[in-house]
Amino acid sequence: MNGACFDRLAALHNGQAVSRDRVPELPFLDLRTAILEGVELGGRLAAFFGRKTASGGAVELVAVLALDAEGQLYVGRATPEGASFPALTPECTQAHLFEREIAEQFGLAPEGHPWLKPVRYPPAGEGRSMPSIGVADFYRVAGEEPHEVAVGPVHAGVIEPGHFRFQCHGENVFHLEIMLGYQHRGVERALVGGPTKRTLHYMETLAGDTSIGHALAHCMLVEAMSGTRVPARAHALRGVALELERLANHVGDLGALAADVGFLPTAAYCGRLRGDYLNATALLCGSRFGRGMVRPGGVGFDLDPARAETLVARLDAALRDTRTAVELLWNSPSVQARFEETGTVSREVALELGLVGPAARACGVERDVRQTFPSGIYQFTQLPVATADSGDVFARAQVRWLEIERSVEFIREQVQALPAGACRAQAGAPAAGRFGVSLVEGWRGEICHVATTDASGRFSDYKVVDPSFHNWTGLAMALRGQQISDFPLCNKSFNLSYCGHDL
Amino acid sequence: MLKVLLARLAQGHRTIPFPGEAPSLPDRFRGAPELDPTKCPDGCQACVDACPTGALAQDAAGPRLDLGRCLFCTDCTEACPAGALRHTTEYRLAVREREDLVIRRTLEKRASALEGKLRSLFGRSLKLRQVSAGGCNGCESDVNVLNTIVFDLGRFGIQFVASPRHADGLLITGPVTENMRLALRKTYDAVPPPKLVIAVGACAISGGPFLDHPEAHNGASSVVPVDLFIPGCPPHPLTILDGLLRLVGRIEEGAGDRGDVPAIP
Repeated sequence: MNGACFDRLAALHNGQAVSRDRVPELPFLDLRTAILEGVELGGRLAAFFGRKTASGGAVELVAVLALDAEGQLYVGRATPEGASFPALTPECTQAHLFEREIAEQFGLAPEGHPWLKPVRYPPAGEGRSMPSIGVADFYRVAGEEPHEVAVGPVHAGVIEPGHFRFQCHGENVFHLEIMLGYQHRGVERALVGGPTKRTLHYMETLAGDTSIGHALAHCMLVEAMSGTRVPARAHALRGVALELERLANHVGDLGALAADVGFLPTAAYCGRLRGDYLNATALLCGSRFGRGMVRPGGVGFDLDPARAETLVARLDAALRDTRTAVELLWNSPSVQARFEETGTVSREVALELGLVGPAARACGVERDVRQTFPSGIYQFTQLPVATADSGDVFARAQVRWLEIERSVEFIREQVQALPAGACRAQAGAPAAGRFGVSLVEGWRGEICHVATTDASGRFSDYKVVDPSFHNWTGLAMALRGQQISDFPLCNKSFNLSYCGHDL
Repeated sequence: MLKVLLARLAQGHRTIPFPGEAPSLPDRFRGAPELDPTKCPDGCQACVDACPTGALAQDAAGPRLDLGRCLFCTDCTEACPAGALRHTTEYRLAVREREDLVIRRTLEKRASALEGKLRSLFGRSLKLRQVSAGGCNGCESDVNVLNTIVFDLGRFGIQFVASPRHADGLLITGPVTENMRLALRKTYDAVPPPKLVIAVGACAISGGPFLDHPEAHNGASSVVPVDLFIPGCPPHPLTILDGLLRLVGRIEEGAGDRGDVPAIP
């Protein structure tokens, strides 16, 4: 890629670990310039985070740029001098939440950040006080006529907690501010010093509906750091599990979207069908959420021929019923009227915010880790990227449906041509002094894990970026100029994770 | 309109005949663990050392397993050199007393029904407010699924309501993060007495994988009194449904106590 910025950073491919010294240390302003230029040239900020240096005291910032066009990752690090650094956000919107996180975790102030507010409200520590949860300088629209609507943390349905603050004029939403952190349970902190016997269980519960996705990202890192070769059969089975996870969630989302516009037939059918896909995962590994399936070195459960036959038969039946249920959505004008032009996010905004997953693809952005940063089984098979261009609820529904069809097709192919051999290799412990990055296309979008090991092979830092971290702001933007009564519909069309964000 | 009717015909009837008939569970489903201390080699600690949440312990009387902490993972069964531990497909796991979850061989005592006034108040109509307090959305998902046509929770008179003021009790998931403690307490206080609390999942019972994290509180009991414990990570929807039905007296007391494991199809 042309661009001096990339020459200053180290190039990595997805799921590669290198000596931690290979990550170039730059003066902060040089790193800043490299990120800004890299983003200008089409790069995305996949991760940008702080960590305490080994000598203690100083905070080092690490950046991971993802260049979709090249399928390359670029990494660099820098230690800002003093207690602040010039913020990237004014010139690079993608950095906004990352910089808030850095400020909250380390007290390192991004100067000039236009929206410096808490992210997760961690407990106070190291001589720093923290605001109480939910206390923030919420954006307010002044005047006689606008009013404010506050929702959460405890919601009306069976959902995770979060706080939503709407600035409204009548039914119209001027602005939505989303304040999270209620699910913060200290997972990243607890990962430092690992791997321990809890590590894999933390991965499977980072976002419980994405157990396969996060466990896979983690295992890719551990395998890269330990030089473990994963058998071909395991790669295929991991792909099967990841697509089953996508299927269950996408089908559930389409049903929930139908419920939110009051179209009960599809809501009822997809509610049942989601269970059928979850049960297919349970057929594989005993757990509807894929717990125990992905393990360092391979998978925890093999797929025998009889089981494979049952799996395919069940998927065929489920897809047939899913098609009937989902076609009702496309054929019902009352549903289309509610889906179309609701919660629109433009392609420009999607690119500026660095949206990922179906939310990005619904804005016409061809961004899918399975295609752009393929690893494991996706290196050997092509899954076409499903996109739509209207950026509204309809587009987000349509992308899901296209992905459902392709995931079933993918699983069918994999199961019928499973490579022979073992499904798990003995995984070693991570080597000392390694740095690695892994990306996985979870059902919500790009999952990014970044880790470094110390001199004894223990994680000295472990960064998790759930796709929701990128996408929550997309939901806030989607609500601009919408009716407040469309919030549940817009929210469901993104279906983001609270716990994956709060960690 | 015709398409809607045709789709309805194609989709068929999907509500399971639970609790009338034994449900079918996958053969790899990890239900109640079963311990056989006679197989334990002398001085062996392999399972205790492997357990991620300290659910297993060894004392003079042999191994002891706390199902309230158990993630129903395979770490202990894989570590055991003698096959002294295994998962059965027994999904009926709910209890009324926390200590009933601590087992020596297998789960012996299941939840009994509410008594007296509470039974007459809630036996045929139970409205619950769900509070997710640090859960990973696994338990939440499998609670939500009870509202689908497969389980059709409403037919038992049990319903999730939008306001704690309309509720008879809370169903809590998650370890209770510090950031949710106040919200949970306020929601509990807003439920008119007499009220029930149901803790669903390892997190809500013991903290689960987040046990002893300073950011969380080791479960619902740290904030409110709990009347029903439903273990699992996450519990299967049938485990949750079975627990709820036992509580309201819709499943005969003692059913499953003798370890009659459901048939595998």
